[in-house]
Amino acid sequence: MTPLFQVKSLGKYYGSRIGCEDVSFDLYPGEVMGIVGESGSGKSTLLNCLAGHLEPDTGEVLFDTRVGGLRDTVTMSEPERRMLGRTDWAFVYQHARDGLRMGVSAGGNVGERLMAVGARHYGDIRAQAIDWLGRVEIAEDRVDDRPSAFSGGMQQRLQIARNLVTGPRLVFMDEPTGGLDVSVQARLLDLLRGLVREMGLSAIIVTHDLAVVRLLADRLMVMKDGHVVETGLTDQVLDDPQHGYTQLLVSSVLQV
Amino acid sequence: MSDYNFAYLDEQTKRMIRRAILKGLAVPGYQVPFASREMPMPYGWGTGGVQVSAAVLVPEDVMKVIDQGADDTTNAVSIRKFFEKTAGVATTEHTRDADVIQTRHRIPEEPLREDQILVYQVPIPEPLRFLEPRETETRKMHALEEYGLMHVKLYEDISRHGAISTAYAYPVKVEGRYVMDPSPIPKFDNPKLEMAAVQLFGAGREQRIYALPPYTQVVSLDFEDFPFEASKADHACDLCGCNTSYLDEVIMDDAGGRMFVCSDTDFCRERRAAGHVGAQGAPYEEDAA
Ligand SMILES: Nc1ncnc2c1ncn2[C@@H]1O[C@H](COP(=O)(O)OP(=O)(O)O)[C@@H](O)[C@H]1O
Ligand SMILES: [Mg+2]
Repeated sequence: MTPLFQVKSLGKYYGSRIGCEDVSFDLYPGEVMGIVGESGSGKSTLLNCLAGHLEPDTGEVLFDTRVGGLRDTVTMSEPERRMLGRTDWAFVYQHARDGLRMGVSAGGNVGERLMAVGARHYGDIRAQAIDWLGRVEIAEDRVDDRPSAFSGGMQQRLQIARNLVTGPRLVFMDEPTGGLDVSVQARLLDLLRGLVREMGLSAIIVTHDLAVVRLLADRLMVMKDGHVVETGLTDQVLDDPQHGYTQLLVSSVLQV
Repeated sequence: MSDYNFAYLDEQTKRMIRRAILKGLAVPGYQVPFASREMPMPYGWGTGGVQVSAAVLVPEDVMKVIDQGADDTTNAVSIRKFFEKTAGVATTEHTRDADVIQTRHRIPEEPLREDQILVYQVPIPEPLRFLEPRETETRKMHALEEYGLMHVKLYEDISRHGAISTAYAYPVKVEGRYVMDPSPIPKFDNPKLEMAAVQLFGAGREQRIYALPPYTQVVSLDFEDFPFEASKADHACDLCGCNTSYLDEVIMDDAGGRMFVCSDTDFCRERRAAGHVGAQGAPYEEDAA
């Protein structure tokens, strides 16, 4: 089977400081990969390089495109990369306000990606928006409200609906539950898990919260100081960590 | 003639503006940056349009200036006087007799010809601005034809008002490529944007010029189930009886008396001179002025 996504020797530097270095992995269709590590370990840098938001200094980021097969998204033209960004790829930001248009209604937020790829029937767009609001447990009568009137958890669910409405093949998520109350986190995680299973989503999820990867990720990559120090199946890595740093990470969670 | 260089601007500046105009004509609907000059009038008074007019005027030209369709508003009068003084050009109120027409907020009712130039004063040239404030991003969106956001605006209109409520500055797509703000003309005027005359748009504060060559395809954005409509007040002009022209509603007295009149004052006067009389109109008499 061809991987959906293939990363080879990726590196990104901020001057002399390492953002991330020598990262390689494959992601297969339907797989969810978790990236964990403490703050400053390079998770966001890596994710932003993968999603085309940052230009890596070294390496390749190959994606199995619909027409051209595996192609390096780093060297493809910007129009092509941005097209991927609004069709086959989706990006869920930690802060919903980075991923939503706060001045646009919930329906308009969800409809934007549809309109971006050419939907021109208001009734259809609205019906799809309402359907997706339902799938993320936002009531239909909120469709014309702006996200600024929503709670943090609702905003995050709206962001997810906005991203998934066009059926992307790969979803990037940066700390999707970060900054939310614990009870809200649990509900969001439940919802995400349901969607991942139901849609067979392929996803790369960055988090410092091991509970998130335990629930969502098939495989795990542990980062420290910009390097990947351990990879493996999630349960294996969490139950039997090999690297000293991972052991520390896991034990610190257990103590909580 | 006065001490001014012809049409106020120096020749070098006019050449720079003409280059921007030519580029705009070569790429219809594309906003060309230009180094806007200080003009002896405040921004918002049409400094962009004035600079474009100054760059295209020649001494033999006859100029007309309208504001909301009228030749006699303060803004129109002061710009007309400006060019009478600085360029010494003849001016007219008759659309038909003008070579260059500078306008704010209207397209004349009478169809323009290939030998005429219509210059628009533009306050905000960027149609994507209201949803995407970052200039770097809007430029990229134009370059890559990422125009989904324009429809988000129309979607919001319908979801809030049950119809596309945008009545002015209604966005258009030019030759299937650039999305353009037609300046705050009523959407009633949008179909007229496909015309024989050259159309030039100048935004002074924002330092942009754009253009539509004659007979350029200009399509108003819409949805399949909410098609564009060039609407106007469902009424005839009370002075000249015209039922196809764009109308202003005028409050007549404290008792709520009102009438609808053509916003294009030249058009209305010509019709009355030709004997047309509206519901509240008196037979036409030549003004003393
Ligand atoms: N824009 C930047 N400029 C300079 N250094 C940065 C920048 N962004 C991140 N870094 C540095 O790169 C390293 C990795 O950061 P980041 O990717 O944000 O980690 P994480 O998401 O795991 O917290 C850190 O040392 C951080 O200080
Ligand atoms: Mg981070």
